[in-house]
Amino acid sequence: MAMNYNAKDEVDGGPPCAPGGTAKTRRPDNTAFKQQRLPAWQPILTAGTVLPTFFIIGLIFIPIGIGIFVTSNNIREIEIDYTGTEPSSPCNKCLSLDVTPCICTINFTLEKSFEGNVFMYYGLSNFYQNHRRYVKSRDDSQLNGDPSALLNPSKECEPYRRNEDKPIAPCGAIANSMFNDTLELFLVANESDPTPVPIPLKRKGIAWWTDKNVKFRNPPGGGSLEERFKGTTKPVNWLKPVYMLDSDEDNSGFINEDFIVWMRTAALPTFRKLYRLIERRSDFHPTLPAGRYYLNITYNYPVHSFDGRKRMILSTISWMGGKNPFLGIAYITIGSISFLLGVVLLVINHKYRNSSNTADITI
Amino acid sequence: SGRGSRAGPRSYLGGRKPPRAHRRAGGDPGAGAPKGERLRMRGCALHLADNRLKTTKYTLLSFLPKNLFEQFHRLANVYFVFIALLNFVPAVNAFQPGLALAPVLFILAVTAIKDLWEDYSRHRSDHEINHLGCLVFSREEKKYVSRFWKEIHVGDFVHLRCNEIIPADILLLSSSDPDGLCHIETANLDGETNLKRRQVVRGFSELVSEFNPLMFTSVIECEKPNNDLTRFRGCIIHSNGEKAGLHKENLLLRGCTIRNTEAVVGIVIYAGHETKALLNNSGPRYKRSQLERQMNCDVLWCVLLLLCMSLFSAVGHGLWVWRYQEKKALFNVPESDGSSLSPATAAVYSFFTMIIVLQVLIPISLYVSIEIVKLCQVYFIHQDIDLYDEETDSQLQCRALNITEDLGQIQYIFSDKTGTLTENKMVFRRCTVSGIEYSHDANAQRLARYQEVDSEEEEVAPRVGTVSQRGSIGSHQSIRITHRSQSIKSHRRSSSRAEAKRASMLSKHTAFSSPMEKDITPDPKLLEKVSECDRRLAVARHQEQPLSYLSPELSDVFDFFIALTICNTVVVTSPDQPRQKVRVRFELKSPVKTIEDFLRRFTPSRLTSGSSNSSIGNLSTNKSSHKSGLGLLSNLSQENMFLKLEERLGPQASAIASNGYSSHTEDWAKECGAEDCTKEQGQHLEQELRYEAESPDEAALVYAARAYSCTLVDRLHDQVSVELPHLGRLTFELLHTLGFDSIRKRMSVVIRHPLTDEINVYTKGADSVVMDLLLPCSSDDARGKHQKKIRSKTQNYLNLYAVEGLRTLCIAKRVLSKEEYACWLQRHLEAESSVDNREELLFQSALRLETNLHLLGATGIEDRLQDGVPETIAKLRQAGLQIWVLTGDKQETAINIAYACKLLDHGEEVITLNAESQEACAALLDQCLHYVKSKAPHSTLENIENNVSVQFCPQNPPSTCSISNPSLSLVIDGRSLAYALEKSLEDKFLFLAKQCHSVLCCRSTPLQKSMVVKLVRSKLKAMTLAIGDGANDVSMIQVADVGVGISGQEGMQAVMASDFAVPRFRYLERLLIVHGHWCYSRLANMVLYFFYKNTMFVGLLFWFQFYCGFSASAMIDQWYLIFFNLLFSSLPQLVTGVLDKDVPAGMLLKEPQLYKSGQNMEEYQPRAFWLNMADAAFQSLVCFFIPYLAYYDSNVDVFTWGTPVTAIALFTFLLHLGIETKTWTWLNWLACGFSTLLFFSVALIYNTSCATCYPPSNPYWTMQMLLGDPVFYLICLIAPIAALLPRLFFKALQGSLFPTQLQLGRQLAKKLPDTLSTPKETFAQGQLSEQPRTEFSEGRIIGPSESISKDCATQTSQLTQQLTCSPEASGEPSTVDTNMPLKENTLLKGLGTQAPGCSRPGGAVMLECPRDSRREPTSACHTAPLSPLFSLPTCGSLNWISSLSLASGLGSVFQFSRSSLQMDKPDGEFLSSSSQPDQDLHGLQGQVTDYF
Repeated sequence: MAMNYNAKDEVDGGPPCAPGGTAKTRRPDNTAFKQQRLPAWQPILTAGTVLPTFFIIGLIFIPIGIGIFVTSNNIREIEIDYTGTEPSSPCNKCLSLDVTPCICTINFTLEKSFEGNVFMYYGLSNFYQNHRRYVKSRDDSQLNGDPSALLNPSKECEPYRRNEDKPIAPCGAIANSMFNDTLELFLVANESDPTPVPIPLKRKGIAWWTDKNVKFRNPPGGGSLEERFKGTTKPVNWLKPVYMLDSDEDNSGFINEDFIVWMRTAALPTFRKLYRLIERRSDFHPTLPAGRYYLNITYNYPVHSFDGRKRMILSTISWMGGKNPFLGIAYITIGSISFLLGVVLLVINHKYRNSSNTADITI
Repeated sequence: SGRGSRAGPRSYLGGRKPPRAHRRAGGDPGAGAPKGERLRMRGCALHLADNRLKTTKYTLLSFLPKNLFEQFHRLANVYFVFIALLNFVPAVNAFQPGLALAPVLFILAVTAIKDLWEDYSRHRSDHEINHLGCLVFSREEKKYVSRFWKEIHVGDFVHLRCNEIIPADILLLSSSDPDGLCHIETANLDGETNLKRRQVVRGFSELVSEFNPLMFTSVIECEKPNNDLTRFRGCIIHSNGEKAGLHKENLLLRGCTIRNTEAVVGIVIYAGHETKALLNNSGPRYKRSQLERQMNCDVLWCVLLLLCMSLFSAVGHGLWVWRYQEKKALFNVPESDGSSLSPATAAVYSFFTMIIVLQVLIPISLYVSIEIVKLCQVYFIHQDIDLYDEETDSQLQCRALNITEDLGQIQYIFSDKTGTLTENKMVFRRCTVSGIEYSHDANAQRLARYQEVDSEEEEVAPRVGTVSQRGSIGSHQSIRITHRSQSIKSHRRSSSRAEAKRASMLSKHTAFSSPMEKDITPDPKLLEKVSECDRRLAVARHQEQPLSYLSPELSDVFDFFIALTICNTVVVTSPDQPRQKVRVRFELKSPVKTIEDFLRRFTPSRLTSGSSNSSIGNLSTNKSSHKSGLGLLSNLSQENMFLKLEERLGPQASAIASNGYSSHTEDWAKECGAEDCTKEQGQHLEQELRYEAESPDEAALVYAARAYSCTLVDRLHDQVSVELPHLGRLTFELLHTLGFDSIRKRMSVVIRHPLTDEINVYTKGADSVVMDLLLPCSSDDARGKHQKKIRSKTQNYLNLYAVEGLRTLCIAKRVLSKEEYACWLQRHLEAESSVDNREELLFQSALRLETNLHLLGATGIEDRLQDGVPETIAKLRQAGLQIWVLTGDKQETAINIAYACKLLDHGEEVITLNAESQEACAALLDQCLHYVKSKAPHSTLENIENNVSVQFCPQNPPSTCSISNPSLSLVIDGRSLAYALEKSLEDKFLFLAKQCHSVLCCRSTPLQKSMVVKLVRSKLKAMTLAIGDGANDVSMIQVADVGVGISGQEGMQAVMASDFAVPRFRYLERLLIVHGHWCYSRLANMVLYFFYKNTMFVGLLFWFQFYCGFSASAMIDQWYLIFFNLLFSSLPQLVTGVLDKDVPAGMLLKEPQLYKSGQNMEEYQPRAFWLNMADAAFQSLVCFFIPYLAYYDSNVDVFTWGTPVTAIALFTFLLHLGIETKTWTWLNWLACGFSTLLFFSVALIYNTSCATCYPPSNPYWTMQMLLGDPVFYLICLIAPIAALLPRLFFKALQGSLFPTQLQLGRQLAKKLPDTLSTPKETFAQGQLSEQPRTEFSEGRIIGPSESISKDCATQTSQLTQQLTCSPEASGEPSTVDTNMPLKENTLLKGLGTQAPGCSRPGGAVMLECPRDSRREPTSACHTAPLSPLFSLPTCGSLNWISSLSLASGLGSVFQFSRSSLQMDKPDGEFLSSSSQPDQDLHGLQGQVTDYF
């Protein structure tokens, strides 16, 4: 038995034998790796060793949480539901499909002014944009302006691939179900003057830069957009063809930013999508001063049939994006829990350390 | 040209005798063969295999289909392919079909590459073997030409030289040996290192000239190729119509090596895959480990879980569709034809899609990962330097790659004894001659010094390099020169034992002769006596009765050494000079062929040349004179006329043509003449001599005799030459050799003594047998009394030897008168010539001869325990392993060894089960159970206490703990075992065995060994390990869960069958306790982690279904989904699975009880599995809902949301693994870093690669956007921590409040880092201080022991009517024990008190009352042995009991057994015609009963 401990002595005392490598034995190499003696950190999970971790987590998370919470609370956000399912709602009249186009106006008041850039969103609820078949129902090469895909869209687009023997551009269920309400915002400047001041809404810059410039492209060609989309037809549900989405050539066709935003299918059934930007005009004037506003809605998009809801959201943003109280609360909660657990461990450690020590001694 | 060179036509005649196919290899004088016949033969020859070895599984063409076919045998692969193919169904596809196929293909490819590589290495080794060269006779060139092995065909003539390996199964036709003998070493085949004798086929041995293949005209018929190494049958029909039988003695087996024979020629009988060696070679086995079985069970649970999830989703989707379909929801996509699916159909589709999406739950990479991890574990075990044996330059070999973790769960060890626990190296220790003991103290000191030197050397310096640099010759000689010196001082301290070991290792030719066996320091007293004998005899040589000049004692001494020297089958060789071919023609092949011849030869009573002038003269007497009876005849010249010497070789040999065995040294000796010169010469001679023995005992005895200057110098099959310093060379005519067999347990030689011209029988055998065959001595005259005294003294010494654990042999002698001999010879010749039951008759004949012996003395040989065996056993015991020793040895030896290696403890009670019938066995078992139960409450309580105790008691080994509660041990012999293994009794037996600390099964057959293992395995559902070294252990090794072979003395057979091969028994400790534990713990943790990982990942997807209408949508990109397991998260777990050490090796060795965690499967229990799954569910909830809430009602899209979820999952996995990892090496850090980096870089590259590809996720620029989003970082920070907080907390709590043994061990290891960093020193010192072997040899002090329960006794006495048993005179309350709880010393006692066989036909019950002598000190052995044998007349009347014989007490078991009765019958028949039937019958029964 003593023999097999020889090996280590040799290591400690210097390189093992076999001078000149003459002796070719089957003796395994005595390296730390092969002998599984790599230097290692061996943490042992006990109350005593782990409790610093808990305290550190607590100490880090709680300040972060407070920071996030404060930031989130500083974000101004107003949400106006205009689904119109309630009889009192001005948009209630639009639920029936008879009136087209149906325009309704909702009044709302901003208690505090919105500083900085304000984002205008539309929000949909109970809308399953993440449904498997729905998500698949698009043709990215068509959207990228591939001429062949334009005229012959992918099979994934079925049944919104062709209409009356003409390829649909853009094809697929996602495009077909594009949000098509028009929202306009007016400020009632002062009570005396009832003429509302329209708020300038910027239509560009709401989509990802890469989407607008790389992923989505209009079909190539020299002529007008209409010519470039020749031979295609509009999606069934659309009122006008894709090349007429905007008067601006740079924002029409597949590169219409509203369209691009819509094509980014939402992860969850309750979602919002960026609709317009309200840019800050100057440092001295709030972007949206406190006061009364009108929201003018051209009501086209039917959601009540599947119990969906539509909202308009105005929100400022911070470094961490839109208003989200959850993260802050989560950080604070987890931090506190961790701290508490740390205290529990401290108590346990204090109480049982002696006994465990004695146990070790008896070993 | 290969075909043309074949020796001759072959035919493959089936049908003449249906059961056997005949292989005819005939020859005709070559070129002249009729064309038609040759053609026919050639056609037939195609059926016969050529000698090409092909072990590869595949060819280039067949690789792909065959390998795929084999891979699809694995159910998991079929499953994954099925899932992948499901993706091709458009209605249910979840991923791109091609992509889904990728992982399966990857796995299949990896496995295929592995298989290909293995097959290629097999091919390479095949190629190497196939291209070995050998000499084959070429018919065209009419000479032997060199050919590759693969070109050899059946029927070829092969010429082999010394030390060549035999390429095929060859029938020996010619040998350069004068007697037509050939020696082969079969170590490659069966591992036995001794030389085996093979004989030239009858009819060819008489050939005068060199064998000429062209002249070969015989036809050979033989049986079909089979794998029975021990049998070969066939016949050869010579051209003259003569028919001669072929036996295995004629067959040279492929793989063996020719030794000591210059050259042989043979004809190939079986070639290639038909050879016995290859037929015996069944490829590697696939064993499934227990953990893997359990894991498969859990995989099934996962499948169930998967189905449940899918079903749930399907129902959910059906409801969802039903709800939204009518509502014209914008997001509800109709079918391609515009119609909408019914909810039920949608549900069915959803079900299948869900199965695809959630397939990750059944981890495709699990099997591959496990294989990789096991491979690495095997690599590390292989590389462990502590498992490397310097002495034999061998490491541990892992032959089974997939059961490493089973090593950590072993509960039962079944061990062989000889060669496994012991070295199987016999060392002469002591002897007693004519009642006087020679203790050989100097020899003992020398042996002790060997150990000392050994350990000293280990402490001093590594010597490997220097030693091995020396050539083998140098070290050989240094040993040989020293060995003759008889003074103690010469025993070198300088040349260390390791060097000697190395030398012995290098001298591969010599079987069983370590320097320890060779160097024997003679006892000075005895040496003096021997030399006195020698001197006196030298003086009195020419007198009428030379031996009468010696006192009876000296005469005994002389005979004793003569017997040691010649009563064996040792082959004397000089390594470099094989016996050369001398063709001598004799009329008489055997020394005495007929009675007439015998009588004729022995009529002249006085020999002329027997005591001829000098030893040299005798030596130079050539072959013919030996053959014709040692020059007994005055008319010897007549026979010498036939002498024809044919010297083939060497000028110097031809110079002494008269010398039969030309050797340079003899030549020189002859010229020398003077006595001192002879002596010198003799020494020189001896230095060149080597002894090849069939068993190591024989060699040890011959070496011992040589130490007393009584040197065996030559052995031919009819004469033995012994060299003495003064007497010179004595040549004994060897009349008969009655070989050893296990029933007689002795061997005898019949010789004619050259000094007295008497016919002597020397017998050497087991003491129990020989002592009963002694000449009954009358107590009347002084001489008889003296003899009696000698015998009793000898018996006492024998007992003493047995106590010391020595193997004892008795040496006896019988002088035959010529009439007796003639009488015996007649019958013996009859027996020899008989055709039927020849062996039976020879057995009888031997029995007749070996009676009325005169006791010369006894020897004690030590079969040394291997280094570290007691320590290893103690450690393994501490580790909670039950050790059973299954041995074929006799009970006494086994028990002695068991005590020596601490398997049995003196504080323990030993239950001995020796039953002679089923009923007796049942009764005994019942009693023992009763007895055990009566003790049970106490012991179980104790056990519970031991188990519950959280603390270690390392300083108190179990032996001290068990002093208060003596644990039981069970000893059972083979017969009883056979009964106990019957269906009806096996449960009881097992129950009993389970209660016992250790179990010792003696006299068990290989089959029984495997049955025991099988029984324990199946009934106790225990993990078993079998360890053995010999062919007899193979079946046991194969049956056990883990088979371990010792790659030591006995070689390859056990190793070939084993899963692991270790060089020594002691390595088992590290293999099991360290590597077994590690492997198990690593793999268990890895498997659990795997399940956790997949469940957690799938959980994320499942929760998402609640928010996507159960549409089987996945927020995680399909690429991530498919490759996550395979690429991103696999490496860290592999590293942990390979390298993690939960407890350092030193601590594991120090606290073997930590091994119990593996036995109890603590790390991977169903509870652990489900807890793990619950934790996975919780973690997935956290990891899903934190991103969910963080991104609730935001403008995030599906895959931009899914990517952080994936990242969170990855971080959670890594952190989880971090909590589970016990040792963090830089490799772990590297792997974790690599995983993270890989994920992000792959994601970034993937997200940049293509703007429009990979529908539907189309992840262009997603990751880049995310990296600019602070929320991404925030959730990546909080989610993993929140998910793992509970786990960490509970781990910490558990670690503090309820730490497991393992955790304690780890803590302890951390606290005492210094002891662990240098564990070797402490261990080494510990062992050195213990000095196991010396302790063992000093004899043991037998302490007082527990009294024997009387319950059983009374029960038995009821059973067997009245038993009377007179208590021993010691006044002990000795009980009437028909039951077995005996203490070991009783059995030792019993061993000595061998009672003469008293058997009564008709089956009386013999009972021995074991004297309860346990209070007697060891020295009490001096008390006169008595035979406590009680026959019970009443028993005879009981019919049922008449066949039952109960006996107890070891070593004195006298039973009439069924088999002995069976033996009697043929004997009786035979003996009825003989003149002295009673005596023989009696003798036979004595033997037989003793045997059992």
